Amino acid sequence: MYYRDAGQFKTTYAEDSAIFPVLQDRWMICIGVVAAFCLPVITSDYWLTSILLPLLIFSIAAIGLNILVGYAGQLSLGTGGFMAVGAFAAYNLAIRLPFLNYLVVFVVAGLIAALVGMLFGLPSLRIKGFYLAVATLASQFLIEWILVRVPWLTNYSSSGVVSAPPMVLFGHHIESPASKYLLALSIAVVAALAAKNLVRGPIGRSWMAIRDMDIAAEIIGVRPLRAKLLAFAVSSFFCGLAGALWVFLYIGTIEPQAFDLHRSFQVLFMVIIGGLGTILGAFVGAAFVVFLPIALSNASALIGGLPPDVLSNFELIIYGCVIITLLIGEPLGLARLWSLGREKLRIWPFPY
Amino acid sequence: MSALPCLPGKMGSLMNSSTSMPSPQNVLLEVKNLSIKFGGIQANDKVSFDLATGEIRAIIGPNGAGKSSLLNMINGFYRPDSGEIFLDGIKTVMRPYVAAVSGIARTFQNIALFKGMTTLDNIMSGRLLKTRTSFLEQIVHWGPARREEDRHRAQVERIIDFLEIQSIRKTPVGRLPYGMQKRVELARALAMEPRLLLLDEPMAGMNLQEKQDMCRFILDANSELGCTVLLIEHDMGVVMDLSDRIVVLDHGKKIADGKPIEVRADQRVIDAYLGGAQA
Amino acid sequence: MSDPMFILEVAISGLLSGVLYALVALGFVLIYKASGVFNFAQGIMVLFAALCFVRLQSLFGANGPSHIGFWAALVGAMAIMLLLAICVERLVLRPLVNQPPLTLFMATMGLAVVLEGIASLVGGNLIYPLDIGIADDPIEIFGILVRKVDLFAAAAGTILVAALTVFFQFSRVGRALRAVADDHLAALSVGIPLRHIWILIWSIAGAVALFAGLIWGAKLGVQFSLSTIALKSLPVLLIGGFTSIPGAIAGGLIVGATEKLTEVFLAPALGGAIESWFAYVLALAFLLIRPQGLFGEKIIERV
Repeated sequence: MYYRDAGQFKTTYAEDSAIFPVLQDRWMICIGVVAAFCLPVITSDYWLTSILLPLLIFSIAAIGLNILVGYAGQLSLGTGGFMAVGAFAAYNLAIRLPFLNYLVVFVVAGLIAALVGMLFGLPSLRIKGFYLAVATLASQFLIEWILVRVPWLTNYSSSGVVSAPPMVLFGHHIESPASKYLLALSIAVVAALAAKNLVRGPIGRSWMAIRDMDIAAEIIGVRPLRAKLLAFAVSSFFCGLAGALWVFLYIGTIEPQAFDLHRSFQVLFMVIIGGLGTILGAFVGAAFVVFLPIALSNASALIGGLPPDVLSNFELIIYGCVIITLLIGEPLGLARLWSLGREKLRIWPFPY
Repeated sequence: MSALPCLPGKMGSLMNSSTSMPSPQNVLLEVKNLSIKFGGIQANDKVSFDLATGEIRAIIGPNGAGKSSLLNMINGFYRPDSGEIFLDGIKTVMRPYVAAVSGIARTFQNIALFKGMTTLDNIMSGRLLKTRTSFLEQIVHWGPARREEDRHRAQVERIIDFLEIQSIRKTPVGRLPYGMQKRVELARALAMEPRLLLLDEPMAGMNLQEKQDMCRFILDANSELGCTVLLIEHDMGVVMDLSDRIVVLDHGKKIADGKPIEVRADQRVIDAYLGGAQA
Repeated sequence: MSDPMFILEVAISGLLSGVLYALVALGFVLIYKASGVFNFAQGIMVLFAALCFVRLQSLFGANGPSHIGFWAALVGAMAIMLLLAICVERLVLRPLVNQPPLTLFMATMGLAVVLEGIASLVGGNLIYPLDIGIADDPIEIFGILVRKVDLFAAAAGTILVAALTVFFQFSRVGRALRAVADDHLAALSVGIPLRHIWILIWSIAGAVALFAGLIWGAKLGVQFSLSTIALKSLPVLLIGGFTSIPGAIAGGLIVGATEKLTEVFLAPALGGAIESWFAYVLALAFLLIRPQGLFGEKIIERV
């Protein structure tokens, strides 16, 4: 089957600026999404809980960070902190207002994270580039410190391990791997759609204007502080949402260490590897980061097995090399390589 | 007679001098005694002039005369040390955002396009001030946001037709040749539906053909789209042919102000700038 | 506890640890001044250099007197840093010449991760004691107790800074380095051998990292948390200004002193351990007042 868009004439502007203008793409995505929803039938619990679930949650966080770094051009190393805010907010809401529907809990947790994000985004009007990156470290460390020191936030729990309460949504217990996976998938799809809509509209353009030349952006009427704060808010919303899902669907416990500087870098790597300034890139990057350790341990099993810490060191080395290679070869990341590949496919078997 | 790159139409109206001195009702912009100093250099020294609605006014002068800084003050980028700006007769403290909202659009000598976006996106970004849909409506997209996007797109396409840049719609602007980038920047300015267009050397770096096209666009923007134009330009042929009135600056001061014929004959201007080369 | 002697002691102790922050920051400034690259990997280079030294020292020292072991390890570690500089120039800097600074910054992040992985492979999670031949006993100056190691660090650091400042300001190579920092392509076009310059500067930064690593390792032992401490040199840079050697020193001293003082006097009221974020918040506050840092160059954006 040839991958062609011959005969697909766009007769309205709506068609021209659709998310997937090529018909074959639309079919593939539809089939893909349907297949994703049917996965629990054929995949093992292990895959659902240990691979696909973190992949979806990471993707949401990566979408958030991509909005901030890729679209609005504000370099941030505080992702972990905002995820933590969302996680702790969701936990406290669930514990103290148990009558609330869990979807409401997640949204409100995201909004709280958005507020915190806006607060720490205030310096962005005066500080740019690497300076801003270092300033976001302040947010990361400060949030970590506060969350550990204020016992009210963990409900005065004396033990180190604080468990999230069991989830009941619309009468269903969300306990089985399948139900957790489906919930995460639904949220991820909605999140991706919302982000894509934002990004291809006027707000996305104002963000990209700020990223490319914020002085010139003022000329066309964009107010830099507003646009930047909005970027921080939206980005932190997604990160907070991801943090809440991390606690309730994935790990099941609240621990600030899960959202440390290491996590911030991990999400940043997903965004860089997957592709800055694309929504698809978030998923691709998350997939890379989630699958790499598995691929490595499978590879090491072939040669007789290596201890896990050695493997995790190799992971780091590979991340670094991949990032450097991508920055040299294709700064727009794997997502761009993917779309370039599709372009080649469109004209295959002709070379150009 | 030096080469006149512009079409003869404007020349005719120049001869008839149909544009008389502006009356108070149709003064769009007035600057009074604008002065600004950078370090030890007085970039502009008590510059005053007015701009009538619908006219094309040129600012000329040797390099370093203070033309760009004048434009930057009108635009709100620089804050004048002293002096006032009156828009529609109302004294206004100019900031870039205030200027944008008041209907002033601008292009730059060194091109201030958003290099990471396509031509279409760049021009669409000129419509940002006209966004009426809310945040939530945009997240949902289907419905009001979709319709607004289409409306803006239709308007932008009209401008793309007007400036004949259809073929480069989806090209990232960083890859376009200089002359095309200048056209895209003009398109973005026009997308704002401005009352006043501030153009900083719109013909710089262009060959004769490109200059003719650009002249045509500016004239059309003035007559069809109703833009008042204030432009900085070095090509004397363009200036003489295009403008209704001219302001001449030298070392930060205004040394002449009037119709092209008057300015061309002004001895101070000839000494400072023209050097008698124009016949 | 507001005994003035005690306050002074705390302050001096803070100043001395500030010297260490300053040393790491110095490496950043060198690379930034000379190649316009913000080397995020500088912190991990400190750890990496120290680890190499320690492993080499145990390798060489095992068979002979400790003096030989020390010097051999020093030479060996320096050689490794030189090799690192060559690899970085060839594999990272050369392919990315004249890319936007953000791209280069992200590349150094990648580099930092690679070095972290290698360092972890080489060193594991152990703490290696480091012996540089200076006894650890404290001496008393004007009634204040100061560790010999700290004194040595301060003195050696001062000499190092003075030498580097002179080098940058007055030597031909120093001028070339500053040209490169301004504009890679322009420097190339006037015939400055970009590649050699880069290798040179990264080696110098590597040497400074090694120096800092040795001092710190002697003080705390060579361990992984060193890289977290090294991360704190980032706020030092913000306060001092990225482009200034004296700025790095000033910033380091300010951060070191205030951090120690607030830790001892303020922290108990707040619940303790504010060292994790204090330096960053301080830098943030500083930036809001003076975005280019104390001694940095003013960032002018033109349209």
